[in-house]
Amino acid sequence: MAGSTGGGETIMATRQIAAHEIHAHAAPQGFLRKWVFSLDHKVIGLQYYFLALTAVFVGMFLSLLMRIHLIWPNVSLPLVGEIKPETYLSLLTMHGTIMVFFVLTTAPQGGFGNYFLPIQIGAADMAFPVLNMLSFWVTFIGYIVMLSAFFVVGGAPLHGWTGYPPLSALPSAGPGEGAGADLWIISIALFCVGALMSALNFITTTLDMRARGMTMMRMPLTCWAWFITAILGLLAFGVLFSAGILLLLDRNAGTSFFVPLVVVNGQIAAHKGGSPLLWQHLFWFFGHPEVYIAILPAMGLCSQLVSVFSRKPIFGYKAMVYAMLSIGLLGFMVWGHHMFMSGMSPYSAFAFSVMTMAIGVPSAIKTFNWLGTLWGGRIRFYSPMLFAIGFVSLFVSGGISGPFLAQPTLDIPLHDTYFVTGHFHLIMGVASIFGIFAATYYWFPKMFGHMMSESLARWHFWFTFVGTYAIFMPMHYLGMAGHPRRYSQGTELAFLQPLLPLQKFITYVAFVTIAAQFIFLFNLFWSMKYGKKASDNPWEATTLEWTTATPPPHDNFGGRTPAVYNGPYEYSVPGAPRDYVMQTDPATVAAH
Amino acid sequence: MGLVLLVVIWLITFISAYFFIAKTWWLPTGASAAAAGIDHHFATTYILMGIVFVAAQVLLGWFAWKYRDRAAASPARYSHGNNTLEILWTVLTLILFVGLNLMSSSIWASERFRAAEPGALQVEVTGMQFAWYFRYAGPDGKFGATKPELIDPSAGGESAIGLDPTDPASKDDVVSGIMYTPVNREVEVILRAHDVIHSFFVPAMRFKQDAVPGLAIRMHFTPITTGDYELACAELCGLGHYKMHGMLKVVSQEEFDKWLAAREAEKQ
Amino acid sequence: MASYTPTVSIDDPRTATGGDGVLPPDWGGDGDSFGFFDTRLRRARLGLVVGLTGIAMIFISFTSAYVIRQGLPTLDPRTNTLLHDWFPVPLPRLLLINTGVLLISSVTMELARRQAARKRALARFASVAGAPEHSKEEISWLALTVVLGLSFLAGQWMAWRELAASGFYVASSPSSSFVYLLTGMHGVHLFGGVVALLTVGVASVLRRSADSQLIAVDVTGRYWHFMAALWVYILCLLEFVH
Repeated sequence: MAGSTGGGETIMATRQIAAHEIHAHAAPQGFLRKWVFSLDHKVIGLQYYFLALTAVFVGMFLSLLMRIHLIWPNVSLPLVGEIKPETYLSLLTMHGTIMVFFVLTTAPQGGFGNYFLPIQIGAADMAFPVLNMLSFWVTFIGYIVMLSAFFVVGGAPLHGWTGYPPLSALPSAGPGEGAGADLWIISIALFCVGALMSALNFITTTLDMRARGMTMMRMPLTCWAWFITAILGLLAFGVLFSAGILLLLDRNAGTSFFVPLVVVNGQIAAHKGGSPLLWQHLFWFFGHPEVYIAILPAMGLCSQLVSVFSRKPIFGYKAMVYAMLSIGLLGFMVWGHHMFMSGMSPYSAFAFSVMTMAIGVPSAIKTFNWLGTLWGGRIRFYSPMLFAIGFVSLFVSGGISGPFLAQPTLDIPLHDTYFVTGHFHLIMGVASIFGIFAATYYWFPKMFGHMMSESLARWHFWFTFVGTYAIFMPMHYLGMAGHPRRYSQGTELAFLQPLLPLQKFITYVAFVTIAAQFIFLFNLFWSMKYGKKASDNPWEATTLEWTTATPPPHDNFGGRTPAVYNGPYEYSVPGAPRDYVMQTDPATVAAH
Repeated sequence: MGLVLLVVIWLITFISAYFFIAKTWWLPTGASAAAAGIDHHFATTYILMGIVFVAAQVLLGWFAWKYRDRAAASPARYSHGNNTLEILWTVLTLILFVGLNLMSSSIWASERFRAAEPGALQVEVTGMQFAWYFRYAGPDGKFGATKPELIDPSAGGESAIGLDPTDPASKDDVVSGIMYTPVNREVEVILRAHDVIHSFFVPAMRFKQDAVPGLAIRMHFTPITTGDYELACAELCGLGHYKMHGMLKVVSQEEFDKWLAAREAEKQ
Repeated sequence: MASYTPTVSIDDPRTATGGDGVLPPDWGGDGDSFGFFDTRLRRARLGLVVGLTGIAMIFISFTSAYVIRQGLPTLDPRTNTLLHDWFPVPLPRLLLINTGVLLISSVTMELARRQAARKRALARFASVAGAPEHSKEEISWLALTVVLGLSFLAGQWMAWRELAASGFYVASSPSSSFVYLLTGMHGVHLFGGVVALLTVGVASVLRRSADSQLIAVDVTGRYWHFMAALWVYILCLLEFVH
């Protein structure tokens, strides 16, 4: 192929570059190399996604059993039998653990991040494809280990996803706290390793593999979100890993990092001198950044979608970046707000609470900017946009209950009640999940070459949006009335009796809402084969993934390296021939 | 679709807000000296946050409808943002959030930064799987020694907390499964736990504090209304967590003295 | 020997018409066929820095647990008083010898890196000039580093045996728990470095390119130096912070 490198006369100069430089490796052959041990970030992304998909249905099933037990404690279910109080707590523990780790920390980052980060920045793959493949398989093994906890003697642990010792450190403290708890810790340790490996890849790729012209401030906000999430993960998962090692030693090597002298059921345990609060500090130092890890990718995507489907640039791109950076930074300084009632120093509590209120500010800024993007737009209500708008609504609702809990004075009546459960479910359990749904509807055409059914999507959206509000908003009322969380049933306390009708309402709505998720599942698989054929850019969006073939070839850009001229949100540019200008369009928009 | 979104979002917003305003399910009536301040600040918070909540959702729904794409619509406004607005709403939000927090800080300080008054009634509250025990020091004002070896939960009462009968100070200690306090007198609770973390939660007193093994945490509250108040465990402690509850009975000083004297007499 | 590498085309936007085409300077090296190596090396080094940050957080957590645990009073339920139960463990002298071994291995590691760099330079000229790929026989500094690394680990194991003989096991006291924890975790990570070095050694036998080998040795070398520094840090923490 000809091309001269010197010519100023040529409109496009072509450079001959060795194939390796842009990592244009040949596509793999054979089933194992192509689909099982693939090094292709797109396949790995799909592997993560489908792992999360199975996990979310497992997690949902567990929560269904929980909701049934709460209102009918004595009923015996087919297949499962009677749910004893300790079984309820095991369901609760595994529901939380599986959802937080294997769904919310997996699908947005490992799933969509892996698939689309390289493409959106113009790279042919992640920086370290072998590491990428390993990170998936380590996570997968962690998942299997987690599920195996159900099947060992004693069953799954009952100490909650937060695993506070001494309850989690002493096999004598409850059923499931034997082998089940050890497997739980090992699974989480494996997850930490996989997450650290993945974070390494994301950060290196973002910093070092952007195409020409793709400056940091021209990256789509999804890329910023994945990048900041990876930094959070890099700094947080090591701490969780350490805590897990210490807990494993306390349980199996007789150490006493977390366990003081305790007497369980009249038996003195062979520990002394440890501090349960030490676990809480270590866990929440990880745990708080973790919830931002769960929400940031969804925030980045929401920004993307409100822009694409309003045909308007995102309002305040720089502010959005700074907001996400602040959330990331401040996220490491607020962990004590989970510990206001723990016995921690009240002075520390005050300091943490001020930081926590401060972190509400960047979140508010983002909300204002999403509203500002909608303002003056021309909104197209395709399914990704429905979920994006739903996300904004849910983020506001879930976020508003934060300032209640962030003030230690108000945390006194509300801590460890259903108010907290309502708060984090609206934000993580729904808003973040809406991010995953939105991402699926948005990127499905690019990944599979077909459109998902819009009408099925709308059924899914409405049932889920209304249903999840009807499930989790009432939990705030339960909490204010004093209903503690993690109670397997509310039958023992007189002041909980008037709340039972509300619990029943929640359970009935949960039946319907969970059923509606099968609409999504059907739509997902049916559309892969029978959905309307998708063009390369069905949404008329500007970012790099919409310039590739559909689905993208092995090296993403078909032997070419894109060059980027524009920011990612050039919609409705005055004077442009269409209402969108691709990032790769050399007819540049003047920089702002 | 825009209109449907508006209607649904507004409906959800107004229905949710209604139940907050109507207080259909609400905090129980406060019965402690701190409750009024806490409840007042709770009201301030939920009014302010309620306004933000309603405003944001109303705007969202309205924008979804008003700026829907249709043939008659003008082209989308090409704007990358407005720095003045950014600064403005950042500062306002910061003032609102941090201001709210600082407003509540005096309550927090008075509850947690200061120790109990000298004349407060001391009650040692011990949590174990799955019961609460309350110990009163008796006329000598001293709590007797406890020994882990003597702990026998199945025997209840003094054996459950491992009271050492050889310590002279133990002779007048009263251990009860029900907590009695006199009204209008500050109570200092000394929170302990034997096995795992529990949490002593009395909703009507707006009181909650974790009981942590290895620590003896001192905290105080002042009941101001007589009555029976349920208390619950508020930290996951095992399979019996849901039924680890108790009762706080606030009575007049005379009744309290009578009750305590009767329990002392039983010990002889 | 010549070999054909397939080329791909890149649209060079610098000479495109229209717009101000704001593009940053090229990072990877302009048409330089060795730019590819520089890119890979830079990327690998960046990846290492990121990875070491993650590993550092593990040890930072352990440090904070160590410091907190030292100062933590515990409630003695018998006397209802708070007492401190931290008594430092006397560390075996062997640890100092092990430290010396590890520091020397850092030196041999650096020599191994230079050796790999020379090997690569020779390989490049050999492909052009037809000269033989290996020059004179030299010590494999890489193999020596592996030996020293394994000696360090063996020495650590012996130090553990010494501790046990003096009655300090993992669960004997809070301070002994930390000694085993910190030395053990470090040892695991160092062993990972040994495995990496062995992989490089195998790679050279399997005739992976000299470029890849140098990148691997360079990155593993930096990891190795980090592990040596981490060990010194751990030793100081155990010895001086109590």
